[in-house]
Amino acid sequence: MASIQQELEKRILVIDGAMGTMIQRHKLQEADYRGERFKNWHVDVKGNNDLLCITQPEIIIGIHLQYLEAGADIIETNTFSSTTIAMADYEMQEFAYELNVAAAQCAREAVKRYYSNQKSEIRNQKFVAGSIGPLNKTLSLSPDVNNPGYRALTFDEAATAYYEQIKGLVEGGVDLILIETIFDTLNAKAAIFAAKKFFRESGKELPIMISGTITDASGRTLSGQTLEAFYISVAHANPLSVGLNCALGAQEMRSHIEELSQIASCYTSAYPNAGLPNAMGEYDEQPHQTAHFIEDWAKEGFVNIVGGCCGTTPDHIKHIAEQVKNVQPRKLPVVEETL
Amino acid sequence: MQKDFQNTINKNSPLGVRGIKPYLRLSGLEPLIVRPETNFVNVGERTNVTGSKKFARLIKEGNFEEALSVARQQVENGAQILDINMDDALLDGKQAMVTFLNLLQSEPDIAKIPIMLDSSKFEIIQEGLKCVQGKCVVNSISMKEGEEKFIQQAQICKDFGAAVIVMAFDENGQADTLERRVNISERAYHILTTKVGYQPEDIIFDLNIFAVATGLEEHNNYGVDFIEATRIIKQKHPLVKISGGVSNLSFSFRGNEPVREAMHSVFLYHAIKAGMDMGIVNAGQLVVYDEIEPQLRALCEDVILNRNNANNEATEKLIAFAETVKAKGKVDVKDEAWRNEPVEKRLAHALINGITDYIEADTEEARLKYARPLDVIEGPLMDGMNVVGDLFGAGKMFLPQVVKSARVMKKSVAVLTPFIEEEKKKNPNAQKGGAAKILLATVKGDVHDIGKNIVGVVLGCNGYDIIDLGVMVPADKILDTAQKENADIIGLSGLITPSLDEMVHIAREMQRRNMQQPLLIGGATTSRMHTAVKIAPEYKQGVVHVLDASRSVTVAGSLLNKEQKQSFLNDSYTEYKKLKENFDNKKSVKQYISYKDALNNKMKIDWDSYQPVQPQFTGIKVITDVVVNDLRNYIDWKPFFIAWEMHGNFPAILNDNLIGKEATKLYNDANALLDKIAAEEWLTPKGVIGFWEAVSENDSVLVKSETSNVKLEFLRQQIQKASNQPNLSLADFIKPKDQRPETKDYLGSFAVSIHGIEQHIKNFEASYDDYNKIMLQALADRLAEAFAEYLHEKVRKEYWGYVKDERLTNEDLIKEQYQGIRPAPGYPACPDHTEKYKLFNLLNATEHVGIVLTESLAMYPAASVCGWYFSHPKSQYFGIGKITNDQLEDYARRKDTSVEDTEKWLRQNLE
Repeated sequence: MASIQQELEKRILVIDGAMGTMIQRHKLQEADYRGERFKNWHVDVKGNNDLLCITQPEIIIGIHLQYLEAGADIIETNTFSSTTIAMADYEMQEFAYELNVAAAQCAREAVKRYYSNQKSEIRNQKFVAGSIGPLNKTLSLSPDVNNPGYRALTFDEAATAYYEQIKGLVEGGVDLILIETIFDTLNAKAAIFAAKKFFRESGKELPIMISGTITDASGRTLSGQTLEAFYISVAHANPLSVGLNCALGAQEMRSHIEELSQIASCYTSAYPNAGLPNAMGEYDEQPHQTAHFIEDWAKEGFVNIVGGCCGTTPDHIKHIAEQVKNVQPRKLPVVEETL
Repeated sequence: MQKDFQNTINKNSPLGVRGIKPYLRLSGLEPLIVRPETNFVNVGERTNVTGSKKFARLIKEGNFEEALSVARQQVENGAQILDINMDDALLDGKQAMVTFLNLLQSEPDIAKIPIMLDSSKFEIIQEGLKCVQGKCVVNSISMKEGEEKFIQQAQICKDFGAAVIVMAFDENGQADTLERRVNISERAYHILTTKVGYQPEDIIFDLNIFAVATGLEEHNNYGVDFIEATRIIKQKHPLVKISGGVSNLSFSFRGNEPVREAMHSVFLYHAIKAGMDMGIVNAGQLVVYDEIEPQLRALCEDVILNRNNANNEATEKLIAFAETVKAKGKVDVKDEAWRNEPVEKRLAHALINGITDYIEADTEEARLKYARPLDVIEGPLMDGMNVVGDLFGAGKMFLPQVVKSARVMKKSVAVLTPFIEEEKKKNPNAQKGGAAKILLATVKGDVHDIGKNIVGVVLGCNGYDIIDLGVMVPADKILDTAQKENADIIGLSGLITPSLDEMVHIAREMQRRNMQQPLLIGGATTSRMHTAVKIAPEYKQGVVHVLDASRSVTVAGSLLNKEQKQSFLNDSYTEYKKLKENFDNKKSVKQYISYKDALNNKMKIDWDSYQPVQPQFTGIKVITDVVVNDLRNYIDWKPFFIAWEMHGNFPAILNDNLIGKEATKLYNDANALLDKIAAEEWLTPKGVIGFWEAVSENDSVLVKSETSNVKLEFLRQQIQKASNQPNLSLADFIKPKDQRPETKDYLGSFAVSIHGIEQHIKNFEASYDDYNKIMLQALADRLAEAFAEYLHEKVRKEYWGYVKDERLTNEDLIKEQYQGIRPAPGYPACPDHTEKYKLFNLLNATEHVGIVLTESLAMYPAASVCGWYFSHPKSQYFGIGKITNDQLEDYARRKDTSVEDTEKWLRQNLE
């Protein structure tokens, strides 16, 4: 089996698109979310998409499979909020570990089915990335404007929650750890800290992918860092890749991914939203439009991994995969040894 | 695993692939990259309780606000890294570190630089690492307690991604010779790079700067040893960095700042040449090596380099000299260096920085230098304004700064104007400059013009000739003037909804007159959608909606550029056409129920168990005793900032990364003006309130006043609601006629206005001060809103008294977390502006408050607010949304007017 590094040297890899958008299409109701197991749960769980890995695994496997068939090389587990901290919204903290294991298994199962559906012996290697979201609380910002020194969460609490998530993901069988949609770099640093700790303690080390979010035209993260400051702050993860996702469409992301491609010594990734949301909060950029922008970056040599975030669908991924298929991946820069 | 892989790749990389240098890279909100040409990195030292008495006192007193200003000062004085130390026996060091770091994160002007966590207790450092998102420097770890502890601490630093300072210190103590400095560093380097996996560029050695000239001969070579050790280590390991705490060096001269500063400068001069990269220094207090008094410099060199120092000879000389040096306090001076530049540069500087102090003299100087006064405008002034325009366009300047620049420009032009006029008289054939003309007006019936004034200023800054017709301008006047003056563009502004119809009317008129000028649409009530659907189809020569003043510049630029104009208009035509199509297609999506069904689905209120509260009085009460200072605490600042095109929540906006600095300036200017307004009684708040018995009957409310009975008419939502959700009408909140006839319910209303602005606006106009003019208008608006808020609170607690014990903060008020509502006719819950006539009659508002209603039902003065009071606990704000014809007809019948007339006033609520 080829390693992801070997694949990345050969071609641009494609990561999947939005999970939430695809789940919405199923128009699931409260009872569907609950399934048999949480029939009598004391809190409403509609909207807890991560829970579906336990209660509706076939739906999640089906979505993964659609993305694989569309041409995704990397699929993300449905675990964006599977931490004790984010699950507190549904009082489901106790299931955090189990959710991660179940989600990793759903993704693995989808890959297995994908392989067995393939007639040809020649097939591209597929990878499962364990998705680690930003948490619903931030370590660098106060939720109370009148008390800027206040923090709703401590670093140790965040690191403990992430540790449990990473343990679940790795034990469930993921190939990569993907720390994504980073609004607050300190949250990401807690995740990196937890990952390193887990790797050391378990003796099993997986590649880490890091993906930050530039929230607006200021070119900064929500916690106020410039892109380069962000990169410097997470470089100690020694990541497989660093990149950007969410908040912006491909058009708005271009200058940022260009900058990142210049400064990052590792591979670069980018998976934008399907444009900016319209007045109704919906994404309406068409698959060929998104793909067109991404093809442009690829030809410029900005990227090694591309895909989609909010509002993107298997159709977007298919167009993107088609457009970058024959484009050379970005070459890793030489890390020099002298000044 | 990955690292090995990357190394393999690097060796095989083809030529021409980018290289990434092994620089030390740190970050706060912004990166700090230490390159060979960086020369020397200043680490700010005053945020250290062991080094700064002031800082220590502030931290012990818990005065963190003030302590932050110490940090800010360091940054302003040029510190590139901020060293923070909380090691004091009387302090909970961990707690102080965490509190200070957390607060610091919300100060972008400080948090932009990287942090150096300084403590002799590793647990304090570790707590600090948990608070900082950027890549820090840990200051410091060492092998003082053995190798094992050293490795463990280094590993933690690495997991947090920090660079480390390693003290030249081992089990045997601090290195105080050249040899020990080099050997300890060598050993630490080896452990860190092989056992912990540190990159060499992330290792910084502190080679111990000790005091020299102490009188003890064994101390005399400390400076030389440090410098030599630096040289040797940098030769062996060029990627590592060398640092040190510089102020130790001159410890024996404490109290004599001039000598200390000279010693530091001389020491750094030599140490940097040997390879020292960074040091902890008081960034504000370093003299330039070349500017040290030569005798003092020579003495310092001898002491530091240990020359001519047998029997402490050099030391004695320096001590003797030091006693002759009087410590002279340094005076902070404003940077006035720009005053030495040529006049063109000074004009540009004044324009860009909004400085009016010297503009008259500078303009006069330029006038004498140039052949014609007009050349000054077209030359240096326009050059400066072009820079302002570019910076604004690039998001590097913000609206308040631009308006200040315009003030400078106008003052300068005012100096030149008499000379230009004189020249014209001598030479009547001289043509005026060919600048494009833009005509601006607030349409008939509307009195709001802050936004239009801002657009005028911004366009004026970009070199356009602005014809501003003011407010309440009839269509004919706008169009006649445009034709007479040969305007190139017409811009219309409006804030209240009836103005939208007036804009449609003007567009139609332009088509009929066969005009050619593009039409720009702006103002709070306008939208891209309305422009696309209603205005653009009426006029074929181009209609463009302009979101804000900053957008107006590019739009005007495109429209006045011959090459771009057509394609710009084509693009906007296509876009609007698509918007209109989408709009037309979307119409059927929403489901409406019949008016009858909506009435049946009114809000269910249990009137039997509700006892309405009787107000203190019925009838009206004129409020005369309120002054501006009573209202300041009630100001909602967010809309004020939006008026200046600065978006964000208050007070967070004051600390915003991008605009915080300018927002704070604007806020300070606003408060300074408010102080003046209050002290000199510029403005007079006037108000009137009234309460009356009232009963509802379907969507009518009968109000019993002293003189007559008035029937108010309300509208009801007709959109299909989820089950159990009512279709609301404001009438629902008043007790129906047929329920508990013996019980009395009440309705109230109010009108407030801020008077006295005109004279001051004129004064500002006379001194070409658009900045203060717009500021005053915006503040008057805010004060009117604040007055309404203030009065509403008094009504709730006192005059009506239905919640006597209410305790709400200003923020709660802004979030409308009170009982009862005060909706205004013309706004979403009661969108019919014409009901304002009844409100004005009930309150006799024109007589008591001096507000006049225009034909579009705008209130003049513009800083006025009116509305109804409802007190029922279930009353709430909502929007009517669209209504269907059955309600429209019923409403017209109730109001005893024609359906056509009603349609005109309710156009926003009709499909």
